[in-house]
Amino acid sequence: MHVTLSVNGTEHALDIDPRTTLLDALRDHLDLTGTKKGCDHGQCGACTILLDGKRINSCLTLAVMHEGDAITTVEGLSTPDALSPLQAAFVAHDGYQCGYCTPGQICSATGMLEEIAAGWPSHVTDDLEADPALTREEISERMSGNLCRCSAYPNIVDAIAEVGGAAK
Amino acid sequence: MRAFDYQRPESAEAATRAQSGAEARFIAGGTNLLDLMKLEIETPRTLIDISRLPLDGIAPTEAGGFSIGALVTNAALAADPSVRRLYPVLSRALLAGASGQLRNKATTGGNLLQRTRCYYFYNPATPCNKREPGSGCSAIGGHTRIHAILGTSPHCIATHPSDMAVAMMALEAEVEILGPDGQTRTIPLADLYRLPGDTPHIETSLAPGDLITAVILPPPPPGRQLYRKVRDRASYAFALVSVAAIIAMENGRISAARLAFGGLAPMPWRDREVEALLIGEAPSPALFAAAADRLLATARTEDGNAFKSPLARRTLASVLATACAGNS
Repeated sequence: MHVTLSVNGTEHALDIDPRTTLLDALRDHLDLTGTKKGCDHGQCGACTILLDGKRINSCLTLAVMHEGDAITTVEGLSTPDALSPLQAAFVAHDGYQCGYCTPGQICSATGMLEEIAAGWPSHVTDDLEADPALTREEISERMSGNLCRCSAYPNIVDAIAEVGGAAK
Repeated sequence: MRAFDYQRPESAEAATRAQSGAEARFIAGGTNLLDLMKLEIETPRTLIDISRLPLDGIAPTEAGGFSIGALVTNAALAADPSVRRLYPVLSRALLAGASGQLRNKATTGGNLLQRTRCYYFYNPATPCNKREPGSGCSAIGGHTRIHAILGTSPHCIATHPSDMAVAMMALEAEVEILGPDGQTRTIPLADLYRLPGDTPHIETSLAPGDLITAVILPPPPPGRQLYRKVRDRASYAFALVSVAAIIAMENGRISAARLAFGGLAPMPWRDREVEALLIGEAPSPALFAAAADRLLATARTEDGNAFKSPLARRTLASVLATACAGNS
């Protein structure tokens, strides 16, 4: 089946089986292997990408459903010479050990900081109608869809807090 | 995943006609359906993509409530300013469910129709009356930590996993359905779901081709709204027990009460007798215990889920105490 995907600002015409997930299309058809396959069932967050600016699990959607949508992967957040603020902060705070979950963590955190900026509440927000503050508790709750089997969580939270705080 | 024919109809009417054929499924967010298709628990021959239909708005109704399009994402609904202000129990329930990524994709209609997370339903190697009617229930006598204690049958003890639907049950939401004949009908949310009985594979009252187009919220009822969820980890886990409560007080007595429960039953569970028992009474531990007695009068437990009776009892008492204190 024919589909044209817009990934990191570039259009790609693909002829794919309709069963192909967006994750597999990115990795196996476009060689964008920064996005990782962990559980392939939406439980680990390693496959997180941005779809029209919103973070989603790319393993739980079909590529053929996304003609014309703006897809951003970790490769689209920066260049090797100029890291995104979150990428730089993950390096500075050692926000990983093996690194496998890191692209998903960084894409998820990128989307999450936009959600905070838009005033979206979370499960741990006391006042549903007030603008949420970027506390460590808020970061942990909002990032709960990204697992790190090395358990680098304290440093991941530090990295996100630095960028989120600086952005405010 | 089994091969399927992918279609993207241009209208809701065309979608319902396409789905009324055999072995077709609608797909919107896909977060539950694709998971099940990968495991070949769902094996549709035709997948009808409704994700681009114009059903993603939240609009006030003439009655003073809100109409929520079936394709509104869980994230958008939880963050909607009117929902946060007027229906906080709904925002709270949504925010207690899933993860940020899943809430950005999962839709209102899909959340209502998500399947149970029963371990045995998810494991094609084990018998399951929901997956293979007549094959037996592996949960009964098996591992039952997440299973139901109310509304079950000897054929199935699976729970409905939604948080959102529990809040909507307390809010007395209605479901707007477009049929393949082009007619729209509206039914109470409670009538969408069916208890397992001896046909646990039939979970809703929807007929082939029926498409949920919206959820209608009546005007917000008086009283304080609360959602409390108890689970095995602090985030990103299904409810062991959850309670949606809307409680109003007058002169130190409970004047209105609505309670709905998650994690306990095959559908979001509401028991009007429990609510009636509270009306006109002054809050007290004895009253809350009596309410729990009534709620759990028909409970049937297994070794692995017997803890849910005392857990539901304590959670209900805590929620009622908080709700009543917030009103005085």
